[in-house]
Amino acid sequence: MSKFTLPQETTPPISRRDVLYRGAGIAGTALLGNFAGVQWAYAEDKSAIGTWPAGSQGDTVYIGAAVPLTGTYAAQGEDELKGWQLAVEHINTNHELMKKLAPKIDKGVLGKKVELLSADSAAKPNQGVQVQQTFINQKKIILMTGSTSSAVAVALNKFAQREKILYMPGISGSNDTTGKDCVRYGFRQGFYGEMAANAIGPILVKTFGKNRKAAFMTPDYTYGHTTTKSVEDYLTKNAGWTVVTNQVSPLGTQDFSQYLTNIMNSDAEFLINVNWGRDAVLSTQQAKQFGLIPKMTLVLPYQIPFIAKEAGPDLTAGVFAATDFWWTLEDKYPLAKMFVDAFRQKHGYRPEWGAENAYVSFAHWARMVTQAGSFYPPDVIRQFEKGETIPSLLGDVHYRPQDHQCVRPVVIVRGKAKKDMKNNEDFWEVVEIVPGDTVIQPPDAFGCKPGDYT
Amino acid sequence: MINWANFISQCFNGLVLGALLALISSGLTIIYGTLGVLNLAHGAMFMLGGYAGWVAWSYSGSFLVAILAGSLFVMLVGLLTERLIIRYFYARPPEDQLLVTFGLGIVFVEAVRFFFGSLSKRLPPPDALVGITPLGFMMYPTYRLALLGIVAAALVLLYFVLYRTRIGMIVRAGIEDATMVSSLGINVYRIFMLVFGIGAMAAGFAGVVNAPVVAIAPDVGDAILVQTFVVVVIGGVGSFPGAVLGGLIAGEIISITSMFNPAYSYVMLFVAMTLVLVLRPHGLLGTASRE
Repeated sequence: MSKFTLPQETTPPISRRDVLYRGAGIAGTALLGNFAGVQWAYAEDKSAIGTWPAGSQGDTVYIGAAVPLTGTYAAQGEDELKGWQLAVEHINTNHELMKKLAPKIDKGVLGKKVELLSADSAAKPNQGVQVQQTFINQKKIILMTGSTSSAVAVALNKFAQREKILYMPGISGSNDTTGKDCVRYGFRQGFYGEMAANAIGPILVKTFGKNRKAAFMTPDYTYGHTTTKSVEDYLTKNAGWTVVTNQVSPLGTQDFSQYLTNIMNSDAEFLINVNWGRDAVLSTQQAKQFGLIPKMTLVLPYQIPFIAKEAGPDLTAGVFAATDFWWTLEDKYPLAKMFVDAFRQKHGYRPEWGAENAYVSFAHWARMVTQAGSFYPPDVIRQFEKGETIPSLLGDVHYRPQDHQCVRPVVIVRGKAKKDMKNNEDFWEVVEIVPGDTVIQPPDAFGCKPGDYT
Repeated sequence: MINWANFISQCFNGLVLGALLALISSGLTIIYGTLGVLNLAHGAMFMLGGYAGWVAWSYSGSFLVAILAGSLFVMLVGLLTERLIIRYFYARPPEDQLLVTFGLGIVFVEAVRFFFGSLSKRLPPPDALVGITPLGFMMYPTYRLALLGIVAAALVLLYFVLYRTRIGMIVRAGIEDATMVSSLGINVYRIFMLVFGIGAMAAGFAGVVNAPVVAIAPDVGDAILVQTFVVVVIGGVGSFPGAVLGGLIAGEIISITSMFNPAYSYVMLFVAMTLVLVLRPHGLLGTASRE
């Protein structure tokens, strides 16, 4: 550039000033171009979203749990919390079990310690959302969890999508959570109404035959309505059962006498109790007081942690239930055994399915984040959506990209009589482990439209 | 189409439910009527009764001991609460009184949760009352039948204390006009303390006798508190007969509505309360001067 060739006679001479201008122009354009290029790439994949990147810039990343510690679901909520706490502890200490579920953890995820924050949701949607909002404001949480009530799960689903923060519900039995209310930012590990119905239905029909009469007890919110419908659909369409009455009660009912009186005056042969938490314990105990049990056969389509402990094995003996996990599966699955041992050592009792679901949810999240190598939420979502086969406590599972539901086994258990119990927590025997893909509905059956990544 | 067997069953069921509501509400209403304090810890006292009874039963195995222990313990809690806390709130605005009783309720519930955990406890009925009794039109749990009798007896006793004793007369006079009673040289504070104790005892007693029906848990009183408020509003604030009438009406509304659509049971209860508030603002048996 230092030397100019002399102009030919036919072309006009270029002034030094022009050269200066053009040079500056080219240089400037190049610079701008580069700069614009950087900007463009940033905007395409990694502009700040939700609590990213602020939430993962320190030494610690935070997870917020809105879990019922009071009210009808308090006992189950406490159990879930213990599962999450154990998972976080195992992530931060490279526990052998966690290493098997999420091999790339290294005393934390992506070089950060994980810390769990929790507060009471009382199983109320507005309280759950408030709790998470506080955690976002104060600690910039990068993952939300909690629910136990699907009403909370659905609310937190919407909240997760709005705030662009990942959400893994704890226990959530409603079809809607990964159905019509599904979101891009939500992933459910556990089983739910439709899977439970399709798993327990065939066993009920095989055991009790066709054309039977059933009464339902249903809690009055999304979990109850969708689960009752799924079980009812299975039994009426496949085996000609009739539903003689469906008693819908509000969450937190204590005296079920008026509902039970209606059932007593029906000619039901089966009492299908969809109530959950303490509602299930109370309604079942009172059904016995009214003589409905053992006159009618009790069925629990969506098993409740601790129901056998609280209501007593007299009530649950012989009862069929569908569940996510029961501790005697440790005999069959080595990872289940490791979990039961670790949990029992820490808490002094064998875990029920709330704790299992909680633990595995976090393990799967840790796996996805470490595999993706990024906390950036769309990267983690896409990692889940690859639908890779991954381990769980009950063998291999995978998440469906369409609705973010984990395709996992449903366990059918039957209550043991007291005399058959081998220890004081040996309440259920596993009757069957039903593969998830045989009981799950097509991904579009419940109207899931997950929404955007950003 | 009404199934008449079911209708009669539900009416009977409403009677049992209503009697229990009447007992709890009568405690709430005499406290409010006499002291002018709306006791938002009343539900928690109901719960405390259940736990105290359960503890006594665990040690003694006797249901009768459980009832005595539950009632007396909650009465003691009531007396102490009045003497140590509520007394300093009589002269303060009603919102302060609401806040302090609400806060007390939280303290009671969380203290119980701390010591006993969230899993529910079972207090079984006495052996003689286990099982089902045929009533002709329906089979009914024997203990619930007995409960009807127990609660009715307690209400009669409360009636006797309020209407046939000198203390009762002073209490009723205090409900109508506390200033006048005080100017007659009666120690109103001692009466107030006693009334708070008796009101709390009614809740505690109900908590024990209800425990075999519903099992006890730390927040067992929350739902009951809302229902008893509805009962008091329907029956008339400060009126003992109003609480009994309101309780029975509430019980019947909840039971009979559930025959048609259980999801509307509690909606109808609030509809009834709204109607009463519109048509008879001081309740069915209340008088305007008490409010």
